[in-house]
Formats: sequence, C-alpha cells, structure tokens
Amino acid sequence: MEEKKLSRRVSLFIPCLVEHFLPRVGEATAKVLSRVGMEVAYPGGQTCCGQMQFKTGYQAEARKMAQHFLRVFKGEDLVVSPSGSCVSMIRHHYRELFRDDPLRLSRAESLAGRTFELTEFLVDVLGIDDVGAEWPGKAVYHDSCQVSRVLGVRAQPRMLLSRVQMLEMVEMEHQETCCGFGGVFSLEFPVVSEKITGDKAAEVVKSGAEFVISAEPSCLLNIGGYLAKMGEKIKPVHIAEVLAHQAGEPWN
Amino acid sequence: MELNVKAVKKMAEEAARNEVLHRTLSDAGDRFVALREGGFNQLADPEGLRTRGREVKERCLGKMPKLLRLLEKRVTDAGGIVHWAKDASRARSIILDLARQYGVNTVVKGKSMMTEEIALNKALAERGIEVWETDLGEFIVQLAGETPSHIIAPAIHKNKEEVARLFCEKLRVPYTVNPEELTMVARRVLREKFLGADMGITGGNMAVAETGTLALFENEGNIRMSTSLPRVHVALIGIEKVVETWDDFGVLTTLLARSAAGQKMPTYLSLITGPKKPNEQDGPDSFHLILLDNGRSALLGDRVLRDSLFCLRCGACLNVCPVYKRVGGHSYGWVYSGPIGILLDSELLPPGSARDLAFACTLCGACAEVCPVLIEHPKMILDFRRRLAEDPVWKGRRVLSSVLPVKLYSWLSVRPVIFRFAGFLARGLQAVMAPSGEWRWLPGPLAGWGARRKIPRFKRPFSRRWKGLKLNK
Repeated sequence: MEEKKLSRRVSLFIPCLVEHFLPRVGEATAKVLSRVGMEVAYPGGQTCCGQMQFKTGYQAEARKMAQHFLRVFKGEDLVVSPSGSCVSMIRHHYRELFRDDPLRLSRAESLAGRTFELTEFLVDVLGIDDVGAEWPGKAVYHDSCQVSRVLGVRAQPRMLLSRVQMLEMVEMEHQETCCGFGGVFSLEFPVVSEKITGDKAAEVVKSGAEFVISAEPSCLLNIGGYLAKMGEKIKPVHIAEVLAHQAGEPWN
Repeated sequence: MELNVKAVKKMAEEAARNEVLHRTLSDAGDRFVALREGGFNQLADPEGLRTRGREVKERCLGKMPKLLRLLEKRVTDAGGIVHWAKDASRARSIILDLARQYGVNTVVKGKSMMTEEIALNKALAERGIEVWETDLGEFIVQLAGETPSHIIAPAIHKNKEEVARLFCEKLRVPYTVNPEELTMVARRVLREKFLGADMGITGGNMAVAETGTLALFENEGNIRMSTSLPRVHVALIGIEKVVETWDDFGVLTTLLARSAAGQKMPTYLSLITGPKKPNEQDGPDSFHLILLDNGRSALLGDRVLRDSLFCLRCGACLNVCPVYKRVGGHSYGWVYSGPIGILLDSELLPPGSARDLAFACTLCGACAEVCPVLIEHPKMILDFRRRLAEDPVWKGRRVLSSVLPVKLYSWLSVRPVIFRFAGFLARGLQAVMAPSGEWRWLPGPLAGWGARRKIPRFKRPFSRRWKGLKLNK
C-alpha cells in the first residue's frame, strides 16, 4: 500500500438507510477498513446523497443535497461507502447535476474519482482479497443491479467471499435478475415489485443458503423484509458484516 | 390502438397477480434470452459490432432528410410511389384512399407495429374492408380481438391451451394443443386469404436509400406472400428506418437477427425495389411506400431522447425486463411495451400523458446491457421523471403526497442537526406506533410496501455509535 503512495486515510460515507436501519453495517465497514490498515474518518454533517430525489426527477432538490455532500466530503480523502447505488449516484449522476456549473462540476469530478464501493475499494484499490474473516455457514450472493451493472462490480465481492473461512457459497438461478425494489418503483407499483421480490426470495430459498449476502443495503432490506414476512429463517447480511467478523468474535 | 396509459397501474397490478401469464411470459422470455446469448456469443467481436451499429444509426439519423429524399428518388425510379405522412391520421387516409383507388375488398397484412401505431385495422374495418393478419402470432391476437403484446412475438402472452381454445371456438376446428397442428390450421385458413387479397400491407425493418430498397425480416413466409401475391403492396415505415448504404444494412441486419432470435439471418429476408418489372412473373403491379413521421422528427433535436430512434425493434430489452416479465405488454397501455415501450410511448404520445410508465422501471439496467445499438434506457427514463417534475410542458397535476416527502427529505438533508433530530423523532414515533415491530398505521404507499415485506426498524443511528466504536487504530 505504501509503495503505491496511497493515502492511508479514508472517509466513511454512511448512506441514510444504513444510518437509520442498518447501523451495524456502518460499524462493520469501519472495522474492515481499519483492519486492513486504513485510518478511518467519519466526516460529521453527512446525511444523504440525494439519490431518491434524483431518481424521482426532482433534480433541483438533488442538486442542493449534492452541494451539501460536496461540502462535507471536500478535500483529497478517498471516500468509501457500503452502498453501490449511493456510489453510483455520486460517481455518475453528480456530474449531470452540475453540468452547467463549472466550479462544482470539477469538484464533483474529483469526488467521483475518489469515491468507492467497499468491495471495489478493497480489491481494486488496495489489492486485498483476504481480510481475515470467518463466517460459518452457507450463503448466496445477490448481485445488486446498481453494484453489478452500474458499477461493474461483480468479481470483487465473490473474490472476497471466497477467502472467508468456513463460509460456503452457493449459486442461485436468475442470479442477474433485479430483486424488484427499484426505490420509487416499489412505492408506485407495490404489487408488481412484491411479485418480483417474491420470485427472488424463492430463488434464495431454493439455493439452500442460510444467509443472503449483498453489497447494497436497499436490496437487503427488500429481500430480507420479504423473507421475514414469509417466516423464513434465512438472514440477510451485508457483505461488510461478513468481512468484519473474525474467528472467536461474539455474534451481535 | 386504444390509448390506455392512464390505467397502467391498475392493469399492471392485475397482470402481476396472473400466475399463468407470468409462467407463459417467463418461459418464452427465457427462451429468447438463451437464443440471443447463443447468437451473440458466436460473433468474433460483439461489443465492436454494437458500437458500429450505433455509429451507423447516428450517421444515418444525422443526414436523415437527405437520405429520405434519395430514398424517394430511387423508389420512384424503380416504379414505386412514395407518400409522406406527418401523423397517424394522414397515414390512415393515404391507405384508405389507396384502397378506394384500387377497389380493394380484402387486405392481407404482414406483422407491423407501425400499423398498430396508426390503428389501421380499425380504420379499414370501418370502411368495410376485410383485414387478415397473416403472421401466426398476429393472427392469434386478431382472432382474440386483442393487440400484440410484444414487438416480435405478438401472442407471447398466450399459452398453447389458450390458442387451442381460441381456434376451436373461432375457426370451428377440433381441439388440439399440438403446436404443429395448430399452425397447420392457421396455414389452411390464411392460404385462401393470400390468394383472394387485393392489397398487401406491411411495415419494414429498413429502407436502403442508395438503391431505394425496402427490407423485410420474417420467419414464417407470410410477408413474402403478402408482398408478392396481391395486386398492390403498401409498406408503412417510420422515417428513422432509412439507412444510407448496403454496408449499413449489413451491420444492422447482423445485430437485428441475432438480438431478436439468435439468428445469423432471418428465415425469410425480402428485399423489395419497386413493383413487378415487365420481365418478372411475380410481384404486385403497384408498390407504395409511406414514410411516417408521427412525432419522430421532433425527437431528432433532443439530445437525450434522440437515442430511441436508434431502436431496431428486436425485442431483446423486453425479454430481460423484470417488470415486463410480470406485467406483459398490454399493461403498458399503448402500442409499445417493455423498456423501449416506456421510451416510445412516452415520446410519441402527448408529453406527460404516459406519466406512470416513467415509474414502471426498477432502473436495473438489464435492457441497456442487451441493446444491440447501445440505447441507455434507464438514463432516458430518468430524464422523463425529471421532465415530469420540472418541465412545464410535461408536468401535469402534481400529486402532493409524492412531492412533499421528497422535498421535506431534501430540506432536512442539508440541515444535519435537524436531520439527526428527525431521526430521533422517527424512533419515538416507531416506539408508539410499532412497539412490537408491526406498524399500527402507515400512509398508503408505505402500507403497500409493507403488505408482504417487513418494514425495517429505525435503530440507534450510526452517527451516535461512531464515537464508541473500537477500531484497530
């Protein structure tokens, strides 16, 4: 790491869903980054990246939120987040929002170049595929569309998971298909969304896994919420939680 | 075709509950996906070809007016007649006038989404002209009194049992679910129609300007017969279908045939340059080509929406779309369905009228991944949403219940202290309203979400846990 003259400092971006509903995913992300030798900072004042506003078409509102985000994450630090969709918002859509604002556009471009989803940061930036984790059990990995298609992150999570001790990975059918969440889609078309989610949940069950792992909090809440309502024992876990857990550590 | 885009949510909901429809669409969709993958993987450089296809479309659209005039000249030189139609009603009246001029009683049709776009069958029937769809899927759909639900597989929503019952009832033939026997029934009926028809009406997949040639792709042979047996052939194409050269044609043919059904070439490829020549035995006496705009030229100048004019109508985006597979084509409320349907319906109908379609998408990106000409559907769908929120021409009645939370959340997000306090209040509300985990009451959209999913619980937030976090510093 030092050889590449990589800054050892990273700023955590904890998306709003993680802040409120999955705070342990934030803790796990911090732990993993710290364990691989990074000095982890958590810039105060961070809230939400504006993805929901952008994707419902309210770009003026999204722009205000993006401006706030640029202020909070100014400087040179690399930014790491446990959410593919928020990273793709920052990486791809901030540029569109500031298309006509040269000053902020250059800041947005700098931010886009130094913001990473957790697994791509570990594998592509740090060159690490073994973080010394242990997770006893059988699991299936859900390729969230925002992680796999939009960020192109498919191999990285699988490489990391393949090095986790005592973890057996299984595959499921229709692996590449969306889980049906789609943000505002699930509110506009709840019955259709629920049907797609039900089919995904059925594939998860069929795979025989005890855990469904994802790098995207919203998919986890969606699939996990459905499995819980079905009374299934299968647990949704974020990949950060798996990577953070070491042998002999207590379960919380 | 009936305009039903206001009922999209209701139709989609009903369709999503229809297990038979879902099975039928899933099985057929998976087969198409496998065919396409097989066809594409054989190419030496599929990505390079997709880029070339996009370049071809970009160049041809860039000089479309010039190419259309050249096309008109070449078709006319070959003895055909070219008509220009600004909109659907003009295209219909051109065809009705031609039918009167030639004394037409019976029309046979090749499969054509353009004729759906101008609701041609209804207009012909109102004039007392008998119309027969001759593509097997279209024939099924016509017998059922329905419209096509897929760009290339019009009856994809029907399983063989449904087709068997339909044939049994409408054609008075013995019930059979054997696909070959069912096809033979359609063939027997249609052969008679081909021989008796006065006019053949088709669409067209491409028109090559340099020679004035119309290209038609099909796998059944019915288009070949519709264009060669009747006295008159009328072809209706969108103005974006013009390409400059045969090289362009080659690139797009490979992409279209492989994307649609994994084929190197369609089973039948008809290349038509004018009507029958004096020394030829087969073919129509008259050939008419109608070039229809119907809102397309307005898209040419639009930086974002222009890309939908690249579409080759292969249907690949429908087959991979998680929403299309659950709701089927009819739920989209107008002619086109699936991801490309969201684009075309939203663009060709009055701005803002197809509002719900812009939200009938999870933004998963599976469509863009398979598009042979690299259309980025999600990007364009996001742009519709932006227009619906901001553009005075697009935005209709604002639904306060959806505007308010979006704006409130944005207001909170730039005020971190109040944002954290709002989280605290939400946890308080949760303690009162959902002490055991189940909410006593939720506003409409959230209640819908929670009907079959556990609503996540607010926890002590990360920002409060951070300081106490023990890291290996």
